[in-house]
Amino acid sequence: MITLTPTHKKRLLIVMLIILGTGTAAALGLTAFSKNLLYFFSPSQIKAGEAPIDRSIRIGGMVQAGSVHKNQHDLAIQFVVTDYEHSIPVDYTGILPDLFREGQGIIAIGKMQTDGRFLANEVLAKHDENYMPPEVAATLKNPPTSPQKSEHTLP
Amino acid sequence: MWTFLQQLSSPPYFYQLAGRLIPWLAWPCLAFLISGLYYGLWVAPIDYQQGHSYRIMFVHVPAAWMSLFIYMVMAISGGIALIWHMKLAEVIAASSAPIGASFTFLALATGALWGKPMWGTWWAWDARLTSELILLFLYLGIIALNSAIEDKRTASRASAVLGLVGIINIPIIHYSVIWWNSLHQPPSITKFGAPSIHLSMLIPLLLMAVAFKFYYATVVLMRARCEILERERNSHWVGTLITPSQNS
Repeated sequence: MITLTPTHKKRLLIVMLIILGTGTAAALGLTAFSKNLLYFFSPSQIKAGEAPIDRSIRIGGMVQAGSVHKNQHDLAIQFVVTDYEHSIPVDYTGILPDLFREGQGIIAIGKMQTDGRFLANEVLAKHDENYMPPEVAATLKNPPTSPQKSEHTLP
Repeated sequence: MWTFLQQLSSPPYFYQLAGRLIPWLAWPCLAFLISGLYYGLWVAPIDYQQGHSYRIMFVHVPAAWMSLFIYMVMAISGGIALIWHMKLAEVIAASSAPIGASFTFLALATGALWGKPMWGTWWAWDARLTSELILLFLYLGIIALNSAIEDKRTASRASAVLGLVGIINIPIIHYSVIWWNSLHQPPSITKFGAPSIHLSMLIPLLLMAVAFKFYYATVVLMRARCEILERERNSHWVGTLITPSQNS
């Protein structure tokens, strides 16, 4: 029943070729479009001029500690997004997600202005892969993976 | 081993064996599910950033794992069915597709429910979410192909080809959060080194993952039994199941 006659070998070869063919096609396609698959640009990429300035883009990075300024009268907010090499000031008016706080990874969608500021029309919080109880987070001053976690403030 | 495999591939033998196995898989599933939910929803502490909302991952993460696992089972069975024309492999592939589609939908739905309060959006076209959505469409395509073609054996062969073509999506889903910067977080557990999740949260997650595995095993055997009966409905052994008196 489970034998490898010439017919079976031929079919096995066809199955292998299907997988290999689609694999190659997908690899080529993804390499060609890898720029488009990036969900966001980092501040360094924007400073290096890799991002288009004439259309809506997404920028991602950490909210710099001490950079958040909320307006008293409306929902306007200013903060600085950084990847610890370069940083970009962001203006936004609207409701922020629960996870938004200083030291938190965020993604802002909007357009670069001519004065180098980023005008966002949507702000998303990017969660990291660390899960722990608050007590552990409090005792852990420097979590193992990334240094910026030390800036996290407890809720 | 060889004779056992030969015996297993015979539909009447598999039908009997699966019937005997189902309770032994269903009860562990229930036990793991209840303990996983209890530890996940009551015992596990809240997350330092997300509070209680993170608990949705006890369903989301195992469901997403299952969506990939079931696809691999389905594609490999499809491959075996294509090469050796083995009836049982066709049956397993056809019975797996709706279960896999359900788990994929569950992963996408729970992810959206978590994404709204945490990220601030139900949906984002980032690499992980988009490739998981493509997986759902692949499952739906395979289900549609299976039911669109009248002859079950031809249907199985056609859907097996689609399944093999779609197999390339599996590594893309897994590595999407590593290859490209995405909104979805990178893996916490299936990475080298220590998992970046606290033990008190890891245990319920693994309990739920085992429960989902048992659930799949139970349901795929149930569905396979029905599928076998339908495919073999004109054969003598199915006839004797209904009217044992003719057996003599």
